[in-house]
Amino acid sequence: MAQEHAGELDTESSNMREDDRRPPRAVVGSHRIEEEIFGKAFDKNIVKRIWAFVEPYRGKVFIAVAAVLVFTAMQLVIPLIIRYAIDHGITRGSVDHASLLAACGVFLLAILINYGASYTQEVVVGKVAEHVLFDIRRAMFGHLQKVSLSFMDKTEVGRLMSRLQGDVNSMQEFLETCVLSIGDIALLFGIVFVMLWFDFRLGLLTLSVLPVLFIVRLFWLPRARNAFMAAHETNSVANGALAEAIHGVRAVQSMGRQQVNFTLYDDKAHANLRTHLTAARYAQVMVPIVDLLTGFAMAIVIVVGGSMAVSESLDIGVMIAFLFYIQRFFDPIRSLTLQYSVMQRAMASGKRLTDVLDVKVDVQDKPDAKVLSSDMDGSVEFRNVSFGYNPKHPVLRNVSFRVNPGETVALVGPTGSGKSSSMALIHRFYDVQQGQVLVGGHDVRDLTQESLGRQIAMVLQEPFLFTGTVFENIRYHKAEATREDVVKAAKAVGAHDFIVSLAGGYDAMLEERGGNLSLGQRQLISFARALVADAKILVLDEATANIDSYTEMLIQKALVKLLEGRTGLVIAHRLATIRGADRILVLQNGQLIETGNHDQLMATGGLYSKLYNLNYASFDDIPDDELLVSAQNGSQT
Amino acid sequence: MSSEAIGSATKRRDALAHVKAANWGKGLSTLARITRMNLRHPWQAAFAIGSTIIAASLQLLIPQLLGHAVDQTQTAFAGGTAGQAAEQALWTSALLLLVVSTLRGLFTMSQNYFAEAVGHHIGYELRLACYEKIQRLSFSFHDQVHSGDLITIGMLDLEGVRMYFSTGLVRAVLLSMLIGIGAYLLLSTDLVLGLLALSFVPFVAWRSSVTRLRLRATWLDLQERLSVLSRVMEENLSGIRVVRAFASQAYEMVKFDRASADALELAHERVNIRVRNTSAMTFSFFLAMMLVLLFGGRKVIAGEISVGTLTTFLTFMTILQMPVRQIGLMVNSFARASTCGSRLFDLLDMDVAIKDAPDAKPLEITEGTLRFENVSFAYPAAETRPILRNVSFEARKGETIGIVGPPGSGKSTIAHLIPRFYDVTAGRVMLDGQDVRKVTLGSLRKEVAVVQQDAFLFTTTIENNIAYGDPWAHEQRIERASGYAQLHNYVLGLPAGYKTVVGERGVSLSGGQRQRLTIARTMMLRPSVIVFDDSTAAIDAATEQRIRSAMRQFAKDRVTIVIAHRLSSLMHADQILFVENGEIVERGTHEELLAKGGRYKALYDLQVRPGDDVLSEYGEAG
Repeated sequence: MAQEHAGELDTESSNMREDDRRPPRAVVGSHRIEEEIFGKAFDKNIVKRIWAFVEPYRGKVFIAVAAVLVFTAMQLVIPLIIRYAIDHGITRGSVDHASLLAACGVFLLAILINYGASYTQEVVVGKVAEHVLFDIRRAMFGHLQKVSLSFMDKTEVGRLMSRLQGDVNSMQEFLETCVLSIGDIALLFGIVFVMLWFDFRLGLLTLSVLPVLFIVRLFWLPRARNAFMAAHETNSVANGALAEAIHGVRAVQSMGRQQVNFTLYDDKAHANLRTHLTAARYAQVMVPIVDLLTGFAMAIVIVVGGSMAVSESLDIGVMIAFLFYIQRFFDPIRSLTLQYSVMQRAMASGKRLTDVLDVKVDVQDKPDAKVLSSDMDGSVEFRNVSFGYNPKHPVLRNVSFRVNPGETVALVGPTGSGKSSSMALIHRFYDVQQGQVLVGGHDVRDLTQESLGRQIAMVLQEPFLFTGTVFENIRYHKAEATREDVVKAAKAVGAHDFIVSLAGGYDAMLEERGGNLSLGQRQLISFARALVADAKILVLDEATANIDSYTEMLIQKALVKLLEGRTGLVIAHRLATIRGADRILVLQNGQLIETGNHDQLMATGGLYSKLYNLNYASFDDIPDDELLVSAQNGSQT
Repeated sequence: MSSEAIGSATKRRDALAHVKAANWGKGLSTLARITRMNLRHPWQAAFAIGSTIIAASLQLLIPQLLGHAVDQTQTAFAGGTAGQAAEQALWTSALLLLVVSTLRGLFTMSQNYFAEAVGHHIGYELRLACYEKIQRLSFSFHDQVHSGDLITIGMLDLEGVRMYFSTGLVRAVLLSMLIGIGAYLLLSTDLVLGLLALSFVPFVAWRSSVTRLRLRATWLDLQERLSVLSRVMEENLSGIRVVRAFASQAYEMVKFDRASADALELAHERVNIRVRNTSAMTFSFFLAMMLVLLFGGRKVIAGEISVGTLTTFLTFMTILQMPVRQIGLMVNSFARASTCGSRLFDLLDMDVAIKDAPDAKPLEITEGTLRFENVSFAYPAAETRPILRNVSFEARKGETIGIVGPPGSGKSTIAHLIPRFYDVTAGRVMLDGQDVRKVTLGSLRKEVAVVQQDAFLFTTTIENNIAYGDPWAHEQRIERASGYAQLHNYVLGLPAGYKTVVGERGVSLSGGQRQRLTIARTMMLRPSVIVFDDSTAAIDAATEQRIRSAMRQFAKDRVTIVIAHRLSSLMHADQILFVENGEIVERGTHEELLAKGGRYKALYDLQVRPGDDVLSEYGEAG
């Protein structure tokens, strides 16, 4: 349905775009919103899944439903009490103070019960809904900690965030609505029942306005919903364009697009104005219709009820009660219609939530998984490993090598040769398709991921820091690390000096992703973090990005420190690092083609020596064509 | 709350501080300004208010008609009127009621519709004003203001102002009509009973106002805590590889739970505030109703009033209940409009630092020579800390200037002064003898293009992104530029080629691809001065080399400035400036600078020679 609307909007705007203020290639923001807003009103499977989250609070839900029913009953009873007071206390000709007092006493009791019921209902429903909301979010978040990295790689963070926020919130709305709907339905039936019970004929006559309302609603609803959706959509589109203007303001200004963008934004804002006015018309057109029907119902009660009262076949109090009920009658119908769209929205959200919860967890601990003890030897071995993110396109083919405890090995090869995948396999981010990866002599699939992670420290190419203090970032999750440990690590990697020069030193707050530090500084902090983790094995993906020379030097020194006494696997880009390694593994197209130290490899005259002799500062600087030539030569020899 | 949560909360609170500090005077003048904006749609506003008055009057008629009808029945019942006449009277009442009820509906519709219409028109005008302003405010403003805050202003605050007319102003008219006239009618009918019937009004009005304001305060607080929670989640998801690498899922769950519990606690508090008050309000209303029934009943028995009058009282009470509860919403709407409005107007009234001089002329390019004359610069926020000091150089058409230096030395600032992203504090930047501050911004930025560090992609196709600065461009030109930037082959490999949508909702490009796209985009502009502001850092040296050779022809007709860390990016330049602490400390060609043996040479050694030797040299030195 969203698609249809997007189409409409496009045609509308293209009609107005035939002038020179709207260049053919210019757009602002995006044209559509991507997601279905409304689903089916009721989807059994989704409801079942959501119920699983409500289940733990079942007792409270029952209390809430009971309270809603009591509350509704009181809403019905109060007019009855008034009616009784009028009929028995006031108008029966005789003066009956006792009845009036009794009626008032019952009234007081009823409102006390009403108070209690409404309080219970709202508190319980409100809190349970909040709990469920937080539980669902926690379940999703927890699940995302376990799902395979390939899922995370291809899913944008923004999209997941909108699941964790927007969609979860609409579930909360849904739960509150469910309980309210029960109340509304009960109230509606209650009113119908009481009216018919009081006087079947008059009740039926009064209720005759109902079918009319339903028919009108039937025609109104789909049109109104389209109008509301269009309004919702144009609003998102206009807001999206504004957000783009804010984020991209520097690009806009430097390319002088202000004028054009303003014109185009005006189109969007104006479309938004139009759809909102249409939506307002649809929303308001029901008001006089409902009032007309209310008027009819009241007129019927007065004419028919009145003459019945005159002919003594109806108590005047009943007539008054009828008039009361009629005024309350349309409220539940109105709110039920609203709740219907909440349900539809909730189903669409629920579908997206369960999609996230159902993402398969590829890498899981075996039931009998062993804990990798910290006194293992620290060796790493690949035995005939084949692996591909898509099994049809392997990125590693039959790779075997062993890294001895304490050895530093550099992985070298052109982009796409499988270096990063090898690193990921050691940590069991993915499972191999064939062969085995062994750490400390154990197949990584036989170990618990937690214990494996504790023995492998990883430094990624792009240092990622969390909002928080420098101290917290270096310590990260190692709660037992003391301040001394952290400072020692920072000193060891040469980060101490710049840290103490920050305002607040180790307690300086880092902005999002460490935005207030330079790339090199972030790199150093991530080194310190790896050092504090104190793992047997260090896996490091050297940064390619260019860092200022002083920090560069610090980093190279820190690397030496970091590898001391550890098994090291380094995806190396810098010649200095490569030459410093005990052994070099050269990968090409997912295969291990050469291995040995620098001098050995230079002597054999293979790909490595060719690459080295090209005399680039880094292997990544070598142009593809030269690489191709070298590779061909390499395979010929 | 964790220490980090507190940190960010304090920061946000500081940001909100000026809102809280906003005094009553400012609040009132903001409301007055919004009201004046509303009155710029006089017809719709008049219709809305007129309809409100009529609808409220009609609504007040209904209980009286009902009471009258009941009385008629009562009288007829007691045998006061003959059957025929009674019937007639009932029919009249019924018809009257039908007409009044329908009319009330119609006027309510017109009240709501026109009130909304005024709001939407204001919303539209404010949207445009915001957009225009944000586009025009200079870089120094955007450096200081967080983009999230601008989005809040442009979306949420704008809503608060838009809603003011319908939920605040019109409701105020409606409520004062209903409550005022209702109270008058009740009190004038029977003073004691009237007082009883109205007894719940002050309590409910007070409770509902206080509750709304408290809910608003806790809402703002809750938003802060939720933003901590969402930051925890977002960082976790963006840094999922780090989380996995350190096997710290359990730790992350604890972090999540802590933030989550903080938010949940407040969410519960909100439920409590709301419920305590709604229940109390309902109770007080019913209690008043019971008292009316009790004392009214006695009065009926005593013959002081009729049953019809009692019905009128009771119906009036049901009618009044809603509006009285809505007083809280109205108060809230005023509070919201005044805080939202003051933030919004602060933005709209903001002075644009960089704009055309009153006598600005279009830039005329003749020779294509760029000159920096003793340029100094400091950010407006930190005037005592100069970023650039006495920078002078000249570049002629066809020349390439390389600028290198440590981070924070002021390299990028040099680039930003040419297209006037910032204005110099002393000295001047000249293009063909014209001070950039004396020409029109539009004409200047056409001639000076900067390839930015952060390559921003717009949510549209690749071709439209490349043609961003020249949206009339022909396909062939786009592909040529893309070819120069070494992007063409990559794009052809995509399923939809140049029609592939990129940006926030599209295919994501790698850092290098983004930078290449930005280069292509800038080349489309055909500027007289092109600046590469560290814009090849994510591109490998080989590709960069190819870009450079492809651009050789292009560079002949313009001044090229290359700012980079990587020396291979600028070794070939006609002149290289080594900048440190805002000053040019060395200048010359690559060979000259190497021969000089200064800072440039040291940097060269570190980057180009095998690392071991350099490391040991540094080791010896330090």
